[in-house]
Amino acid sequence: MSTKGKVAGIISNLVIVEVDGPVMQNEICYINLNNVDLMAEVIKIKGTQAYVQVFESTRSLKTGTEVKFTGSMLEATLGPGLLSKNFDGLQHDLDKMDGVFLKKGDYAEPLDFKSAWKFTPLVQPDEEVVAGSWLGEVTENWISHKIMVPFKFVGKFKVKSVVPAGTYKITDNIAILLDTDNKELPVTMIQKWPVKIPIKAYTEKPRPFRLLETGVRVIDSFNPMVEGGTGFIPGPFGTGKTVLQHALSKQAEADLIIVAACGERANEVVEIFTEFPELDDPRTGRKLIERTTIVANTSNMPVAAREASVYTAMTIAEYYRSMGLKILLLADSTSRWAQALREMSNRMEELPGPDAFPMDLPAIISNFYARAGYVFLPNGKTGSVTFIGTVSPAGGNLKEPVTESTKKAARCFYALSQNRADSKRYPAIDAIDSYSKYLEYEEFQNYIKENISDDWVDNIIKAKNIVIRGREAYEQINILGDDGVPIDYHQKFWKSEIIDFVLMQQDAFDKIDSSTPIERQQYMLKKVIDICHKEFSFESFDKVNPFYKQIINYFKQMNYSEFKSEKFTNFEKELENFISSNKN
Amino acid sequence: MNTTAFQRIYTKISQVTKATCTLHAQGVGYEEMATINGRLAQVVKIQGDLITLQVFSGTEGIPTNAEVIFLGHAPQLVVSDELGGRFFNAYGFPIDGGPEIDGKTVEIGGPSVNPVRRKQPSELIATGIAGIDLNNTLVTGQKIPFFADPDQPFNQVMAMVALRAKADKIILGGMGITNDDYLFFKNVFQNAGALDRIISFVNTTEDPPVERLLVPDMALTAAEYFAVEKNQNVLVLLTDMTLYADALSIVSNRMDQIPSKDSMPGSLYSDLAKLYEKAVQFPAGGSITIIAVTTLSGGDITHAIPDNTGYITEGQLFLRKDSDIGKVIIDPFRSLSRLKQLVIGKKTREDHPQVMNAAIRLFADAANAKTKLENGFDLTDYDERTLKFAKEYSDKLLAIDVNIEIDEMMDTAWVLFDKYFNEIEVAIKADIVKKYGKFKKIEENVHST
Ligand SMILES: Nc1ncnc2c1ncn2[C@@H]1O[C@H](COP(=O)(O)OP(=O)(O)OP(=O)(O)O)[C@@H](O)[C@H]1O
Ligand SMILES: [Mg+2]
Repeated sequence: MSTKGKVAGIISNLVIVEVDGPVMQNEICYINLNNVDLMAEVIKIKGTQAYVQVFESTRSLKTGTEVKFTGSMLEATLGPGLLSKNFDGLQHDLDKMDGVFLKKGDYAEPLDFKSAWKFTPLVQPDEEVVAGSWLGEVTENWISHKIMVPFKFVGKFKVKSVVPAGTYKITDNIAILLDTDNKELPVTMIQKWPVKIPIKAYTEKPRPFRLLETGVRVIDSFNPMVEGGTGFIPGPFGTGKTVLQHALSKQAEADLIIVAACGERANEVVEIFTEFPELDDPRTGRKLIERTTIVANTSNMPVAAREASVYTAMTIAEYYRSMGLKILLLADSTSRWAQALREMSNRMEELPGPDAFPMDLPAIISNFYARAGYVFLPNGKTGSVTFIGTVSPAGGNLKEPVTESTKKAARCFYALSQNRADSKRYPAIDAIDSYSKYLEYEEFQNYIKENISDDWVDNIIKAKNIVIRGREAYEQINILGDDGVPIDYHQKFWKSEIIDFVLMQQDAFDKIDSSTPIERQQYMLKKVIDICHKEFSFESFDKVNPFYKQIINYFKQMNYSEFKSEKFTNFEKELENFISSNKN
Repeated sequence: MNTTAFQRIYTKISQVTKATCTLHAQGVGYEEMATINGRLAQVVKIQGDLITLQVFSGTEGIPTNAEVIFLGHAPQLVVSDELGGRFFNAYGFPIDGGPEIDGKTVEIGGPSVNPVRRKQPSELIATGIAGIDLNNTLVTGQKIPFFADPDQPFNQVMAMVALRAKADKIILGGMGITNDDYLFFKNVFQNAGALDRIISFVNTTEDPPVERLLVPDMALTAAEYFAVEKNQNVLVLLTDMTLYADALSIVSNRMDQIPSKDSMPGSLYSDLAKLYEKAVQFPAGGSITIIAVTTLSGGDITHAIPDNTGYITEGQLFLRKDSDIGKVIIDPFRSLSRLKQLVIGKKTREDHPQVMNAAIRLFADAANAKTKLENGFDLTDYDERTLKFAKEYSDKLLAIDVNIEIDEMMDTAWVLFDKYFNEIEVAIKADIVKKYGKFKKIEENVHST
């Protein structure tokens, strides 16, 4: 008999339930409000009272209302058909719900149980398998979706039988496994997994080392991300976090993109819904939406489901990683999730930590980031989940609990600067304040040497040095005045401006400039550095500015032209002629 | 309030605080309305049979034997076409001496729109103000506040924008506005002959502050009626949201909640987002656009109220007095319309984005030159030109008294570019310059060495 209860208290979306049996922390229950089941999760237990956070508005709820406990935690449903879906934070399919407005308790199934898939077996009877072993595959959009031994299966199993190639529904049994006691265990194409627990169906999680190309120059060419890496983008409002994440979701060299819209604007998700079915994925020639899954809990959707949304998204990402795929998971904004935790902790009158956030916030954040990674699967193949979250620091101050906790957990830091955003220097990432710890990894450096070029990492360092020297020169100019410093200072400053304008700044809304493949980045980086290492001479400081502006102008025209097109080459020639006009 | 047969009446209050009363009662729903000696109140906490009510007008003079009547429903508004031209208080009761509204009763603060049912906003709202149309173009379905110090004419600008916006309905939610401002809005709308398309929910400084908490939901519920059922384009004006947030903090403080930054409740982001996210473009053609006012104290946008607002809204319009021209301008640096991308260069002329960016960049150069000047350094010829440009740009385009067509704004900018700069300094894509530029001469040899 499953446990039942009755509502005994209500404070906003925190409901206290008097229970008649055992309950489990994080257990899901349903509160029956006027014949509509409202989903809720146990977040604290005190004697016979379960404190539950309701994933809906509790308006008109009364004490005495019946509550049914399910015996399981919040689980994601995993199987073919997750791609291109738009889910809410609890993985309900938003497209299947009726009407313009969301209705309480309208919980549409995540998968299409009637859908049929062409299945090809990948195992033979008698083969030994473990959780996560690939039993067969179906084609979902363009990827090979592996049907795996359910992650909940503990220990070793033997394949008793597997169905022959053919078309099956996701609820059909596709294999029978035997456990060590020879008990038969049927397996379908779907399985469930509790979202708050990491899927660990891998054998090893080495340090990540393979470059994850993003097409964003200030990331790839300055603070590169790796497959299976972690990064975060803090920035005051309006500095470009979301635009940058959208750029990553469009361009990054990943097999699949999972976007968790966590407590942000609904119109931003609509942008994805509207644009992705139209935009081409240059790698596959298919539409971007075909490699994208969206988990949307926008700021007006129930607060408690905000926290769940990032876990749901992570679980879907881990599921696909176990198929040997490269997943990029983006969450915008993790601060909203932290705030959801704060709201609940507040209602439960817990002892608050800094800024009234719960005391265990740092641990929660670091456990979440730790779920990303590059892994070896039981069959020797590899897969990865790269996670990049945005952080919205209160008052733009990076010394607040969410930013500080995240900084400890993530290996890449992409700091958006208010100053750069104000002067429309987009993307507003401050390349010098930002860092990628992966640049220091020997594995990464070797990978780059083998796969890109010997001098790529060196060039990154050179470019950063030019920028740092330019900043120093600029400070001196500001203190001493234009003519109070040697002309060389002006040159130093303008050389850093070339790097800023040509490499760091990138027009996210221009068709060509928005995405720069590595080959092109390398070419431009080298070209810019070459010019920066040249000596030019000027008779007075006011001649410096127009000269460098012209150089920047030629470069920008190149950025706006198709790589190595006639237009591109022409601007390049003009640039070279112009430069040789001032060479001693 | 009407009384019905099944009302439950209690007369034993066990606890009274400045904002709340607590009593034992049965069968009470969360967020249900009640009256306490005739004052409206709402259920904010239920613990067993102990019910805590938030009393909107305060608890002054409430005795422990006050008569508490539970009304069996959450806060409501009667909606119908009759709302047009009328003025209401925070509870949705007429304050203009007119008759009660005859129509459908709906609960305020209703459900959210399913994000997959939203349409992408795409209709430009022309205001004639270049600081908005050129640099921070507005779109139907957008939500955007004015950030302004209390002494700036934000209500005037907002009224102007509202009247020029060609909305089917304008709904004013006034929170803690002065009686003078209330009369100002009334006058402007009346004089414009627009009164019948305007609906107002007003809480003035003379009313209890906590009542304000109902105003935005009243306004937005009325907006949803016209946008959903009549497919109208509705513009909602919310002024002043800072005073709304202050009321939130009063309540949470009196309920002993742990405050977060700036003594605001930890749920401020969610509370504000719930309102602002009512801005939407509906699939059937109706829309709700929200223009709000967030007053700042001493221009500080890091305070929790503007800060959380900025994280929620789709940009902000910053009012600032430009001392060079002595007029209020829309500050191009701190202002931003995030939805402008959806229309500029698409619904407007293709040179729009580039012209906008170039002008702002040159205006920024002028700001640098000004700093140099203040620090006692010599200015270069380029610096001098940027300063002259900035003054004229401010006067002809940024000032809030500008009222011209969008194409004319771009043409004006091109004329200024030509007047003070050469093509390289303006740095706009060559093909755009060729097509729209007004440069008379090609600059000779700027790079002689
Ligand atoms: N790379 C870019 N190119 C051009 N414009 C940009 C770029 N990045 C940001 N912007 C401009 O800045 C605006 C705000 O960007 P965005 O919405 O990404 O900010 P945000 O940091 O996510 O803010 P919030 O925290 O409030 O969500 C955009 O609407 C756009 O006008
Ligand atoms: Mg954002």
